Amino acid sequence: MALDRWLALVILLICLAYGYAAYFTMDALLPPIMQRSPIWPSSFPKVLAIGGILLSLSILLGLEKSPDKKDAADINLSRLHEYKVGQALLLLGLMVAYALLLRPLGFLTSTFLFLTVGSFILGERRYVMMIVVAAIAAGTVWYLVDVVLGIFLSPFPSFLIGG
Amino acid sequence: MLEGLLTGLATAFTFTNIMMVVGGCLIGTFIGMLPGLGPMSIIAIMIPVAITIGDPSAALILLAGVYYGAVFGGSTSSILINAPGVASTVATSFDGYPLARKGQAGKALTVAAISSFAGGTIGAILLMVFAPALASVALLFHSSEYFALMVVGLSAIAAFAGTGQVGKALLMTFLGLMMATVGEGVLFNMPRFTMGVMDLQSGFGFITLAMAMFALPEAIFLVLDPARSKTGDGSDGGKIKNLRITKDEARKITPVIGRQSLQGFFIGVLPGAGATIASFLGYAVERNIANKEEQEEFGKGSVKGIAAPESANNAACTGSFVPLLTLGIPGSGTTAILLGALIALNVSPGPRLMVDEPQIFWAVIISMYLGNLVLLILNLPLIPYIAKVLAVPRNYLIPFILFFTLMGAYIGQNNATELLLLVGFGICATLFRFADYPLAPLLIGFILGPLLENNFSRAMQLYDGVGFIWERPMTLGLLILAVVLVVLPGYRARRARLRAEGVADGD
Repeated sequence: MALDRWLALVILLICLAYGYAAYFTMDALLPPIMQRSPIWPSSFPKVLAIGGILLSLSILLGLEKSPDKKDAADINLSRLHEYKVGQALLLLGLMVAYALLLRPLGFLTSTFLFLTVGSFILGERRYVMMIVVAAIAAGTVWYLVDVVLGIFLSPFPSFLIGG
Repeated sequence: MLEGLLTGLATAFTFTNIMMVVGGCLIGTFIGMLPGLGPMSIIAIMIPVAITIGDPSAALILLAGVYYGAVFGGSTSSILINAPGVASTVATSFDGYPLARKGQAGKALTVAAISSFAGGTIGAILLMVFAPALASVALLFHSSEYFALMVVGLSAIAAFAGTGQVGKALLMTFLGLMMATVGEGVLFNMPRFTMGVMDLQSGFGFITLAMAMFALPEAIFLVLDPARSKTGDGSDGGKIKNLRITKDEARKITPVIGRQSLQGFFIGVLPGAGATIASFLGYAVERNIANKEEQEEFGKGSVKGIAAPESANNAACTGSFVPLLTLGIPGSGTTAILLGALIALNVSPGPRLMVDEPQIFWAVIISMYLGNLVLLILNLPLIPYIAKVLAVPRNYLIPFILFFTLMGAYIGQNNATELLLLVGFGICATLFRFADYPLAPLLIGFILGPLLENNFSRAMQLYDGVGFIWERPMTLGLLILAVVLVVLPGYRARRARLRAEGVADGD
């Protein structure tokens, strides 16, 4: 089965779960006064669930023929191994690590590590350059965001600032 | 109108707002040149900065400047390295890059800059004329008409964005609408679809979603396929000389600019048909109407082939502001992001905007003139230096792009969960792109979702049910139009296919 139909199947399951929540669980919480209204919190989601289910079914069952065209986004999916998939996955993992470590390590350390490790994953081996660029970037962004724009960004690890 | 114009002039010509235009254009130009980062991604990255400014006029002027700058920057990278920074400048590379390869990169950039300026200026004049007229008509609209109008907008976007696969585009629109219902609604004040997760009480973050839909997949594609960011030799190591064009060339491009500015503007006004369609259509039209000799030049470095898409895409950018400012309906993915930014700034775009907050409405229009002027005066001599940004190695560029997407999502919400959502949505968006699902309808559905539901609910309450559909002729007419917009492309594609099969069978 082609990727677009697999995705349609996943969306169909999401729509079914969404529809179940809209039809069977949501209105139980509705206060009696609101039950007299012609519109309930579940009204709009109910319409959306039906539309979503019908549309995902139409793609899953191949009712709409895809026009002949080359691979989407110029990436040949059948030859995915020829692309830098490992690098992409590592960078996504690095983003998740950044999300999890941003608070415990503080902005400066986590950003410095993110930029350094990111460049390393992509093949950079000039360590001094990497470190200098990452340090200047982390410091500059923190200064601009925290000091200039006034949006608080904890610069240091939580154990250092007692958080 | 004159009074509004004066108000706009007074607002736009403050020192802060002029700085916003200049800064926005420069930032947009720089980032727009980076392959893969389109105006949608750039504006999404800039929104947290714009929101912190506080003043809606200044913020919107900054974002409009970034928008124009990005489109201009995209054409620069199209011409110099055949790597269009934005989709709407792909057509520019057809002739711009061959001309640069002939050693005339300066000329190609000058034609692009002049055409962009003229397209943007003509577009801004047309916007000034048409927007107030459309706004006064829109003032007659009630919630039922608004609901129907949004349905029309969403259908048109699905019909255009689907490029032959309207079902997929509609499904993405529905997915966006469904995502918009997560969290506490304005109308009911009760959490929906939060699954008990506290962080979802306020729903998904619009900036997170915008970044995940556009910036992250582009960055992942850049990682997967390094060739996308490789630099060519057209820029001659960043040294660009001879920016002049001859009188003959000026005479050639003048009518092209005039025609394509008009055509581009009206394409931009249509919901769903943005600068990309305008630029391709502009290029195709000019190639078709050119004489045989000139037709052969297209694709090999024709100045007409650069002028047509460049004037069309800038005029279309301006045109897409018409439905945004007058009806509150975004005409393209980029204006959808701008709509989200306006809502975040507590500004409600729509016909009341011109009445309630004329300084914002007119300042944005005036700043468009300024933006175009700034791009011409400031960027033309700076092009050789700006081009050096393309020399940033991929090993540094990509981590920075990823970092700025993370920052954009984090600054907006100050919540690390947003970053995890960003990565999750980003992976989904990449898969969607692999499977050729259009992403703009999802984002537009997400942004219009609350407005659509509110107007639908109000109309239901007023008419005690769905009676408003047949009791208000304009609503019914608009809804019929929406159905036609969805059905027509499918019908035409089917007929074309049947005809092709008939021909193949010898029918």
